[in-house]
Amino acid sequence: MTDFLLYALLAGLGVALVAGPLGCFVVWRRMAYFGDTLAHSALLGVSIGVLLNINLSITVAAIPLLMALGLVYLEQRGILSLDTLLGILSHSALATGLVLISLLPDVRVDLMSLLFGDLLSVTLNDLWVIYGVAGAVVLLLVALWKPLINITVHADLAAVEGVRVSAVRTALMLITALVIAIAMKIVGVLLITALLIIPAATARRLSNTPEQMAVTASAIAMLTVLMGLAMSWYADTPAGPSVVVCAALLFVLSLLFRQKS
Amino acid sequence: MNNPLVTLSKVNKTFAERPVLQNISMQLMQGEITTLIGPNGAGKSTLVRLILGLIKPDSGSVTPAPQLNIGYMPQKISIDPSLPISTCRFLQLANTSHKACHEALEMVGISHLTKSPIQTLSGGELQRALLARAILRKPNFLVLDEPVQGVDITGQNALYKMISELSKSLNCGVLMVSHDLHLVMSSTDKVICLNQHICCQGRPEQVTQDPAYIDIFGQTTAIYSHHHNHQHSIHGEVLDDQGVHQHGEGCNHD
Repeated sequence: MTDFLLYALLAGLGVALVAGPLGCFVVWRRMAYFGDTLAHSALLGVSIGVLLNINLSITVAAIPLLMALGLVYLEQRGILSLDTLLGILSHSALATGLVLISLLPDVRVDLMSLLFGDLLSVTLNDLWVIYGVAGAVVLLLVALWKPLINITVHADLAAVEGVRVSAVRTALMLITALVIAIAMKIVGVLLITALLIIPAATARRLSNTPEQMAVTASAIAMLTVLMGLAMSWYADTPAGPSVVVCAALLFVLSLLFRQKS
Repeated sequence: MNNPLVTLSKVNKTFAERPVLQNISMQLMQGEITTLIGPNGAGKSTLVRLILGLIKPDSGSVTPAPQLNIGYMPQKISIDPSLPISTCRFLQLANTSHKACHEALEMVGISHLTKSPIQTLSGGELQRALLARAILRKPNFLVLDEPVQGVDITGQNALYKMISELSKSLNCGVLMVSHDLHLVMSSTDKVICLNQHICCQGRPEQVTQDPAYIDIFGQTTAIYSHHHNHQHSIHGEVLDDQGVHQHGEGCNHD
């Protein structure tokens, strides 16, 4: 097997590993649009990184994180509904990112790879970043699992029982920003939410407990990456979209199963 | 036994320049059931959140007793159906053992629903599950925000009865929010009538005579009360100790 394919496979599996459980929280907490907004702002992260000549891995995680904190602030001010706020921030971040990139005369940025991922150009260096971040995310998720579930069920109840709700919520945003930063390479900013949500939704049909669902979602996301890469290899299709198409196919297949309670 | 659990002193709270609570001073005592009543927008929920420590007052103080351990039952809970979670697991989120959860579910009479997904519980069953979670950590203070919401009238009576029994057996203080004094009457020690400030407070019979209460709820809803040494059936008929109907005037059935 050629190196680039092996790297692509390992990178995809690393991202899929953490996309599963995080995707479950996105589904449980109805954060799909929120995830989309953060993903779109990652593109702004790329352009700011290029503009200021900062390491892209840092800006791609930092900008979504700042965006998330800004959203929390604006939501608490209660000026507009969260849905509207997300709509404003999501698309203005995407548009600003695109405009900024076009303003950089000396830099040639492959827009398609930013929007839809460029799995086949993963380098060894990327792999280190992906597995470092994925490892940190797994540790955070395991350490915070119980309080995370608790605030998902009912934040006030969790607070009365001693959970530090805003700290846990901020940690979840940090996790989301980190996963978006590494998933961008795989499926691009426009398809990240799909990689989060579709495996989780598929796993729901096969699971009885939150833990089962998280692990199943991980496994399904990994299977999806395998299938997507195979499809890309044999049918010469773009890798990122192929992964998402396979995720959707598995979801449709899962509809044949009776939903578990 | 009669220690204050939470003491509020001259508490004020404002939201967007609208005063929601003004100059609230009260004490919630161990072993006493206090019911908070008031019209919509009276600040009941805000007061509850202050007492729970979820929000801070603008001025004044909320002082919890050092050994305060709160069991909280929120007004409503909506868990996304995409989260697979059984009733037992829902209780265990309160950080307790499997065994404690079973005991709590037994106490509220829904031990047969241990394994059911929490989203499939009916209104009354869900309220009981929430109550079970509230009593799980052996609290000395129960805060129940509209505990009978979404429960039919017979179920409401049963729940109120259960709450007063639980408070006795756990020897804890209870703060209940309600907007229907009729049903709470027999199971509360003290009533606080709230409309941004405390309009009146005292024993339920006193409060219903209070001009401030009548002013808010109107004479028509003022409550017919008499000394209760008996229970009523859902049709209002007097039942004896065994829950059997007593024949009286106007009764000519078997």
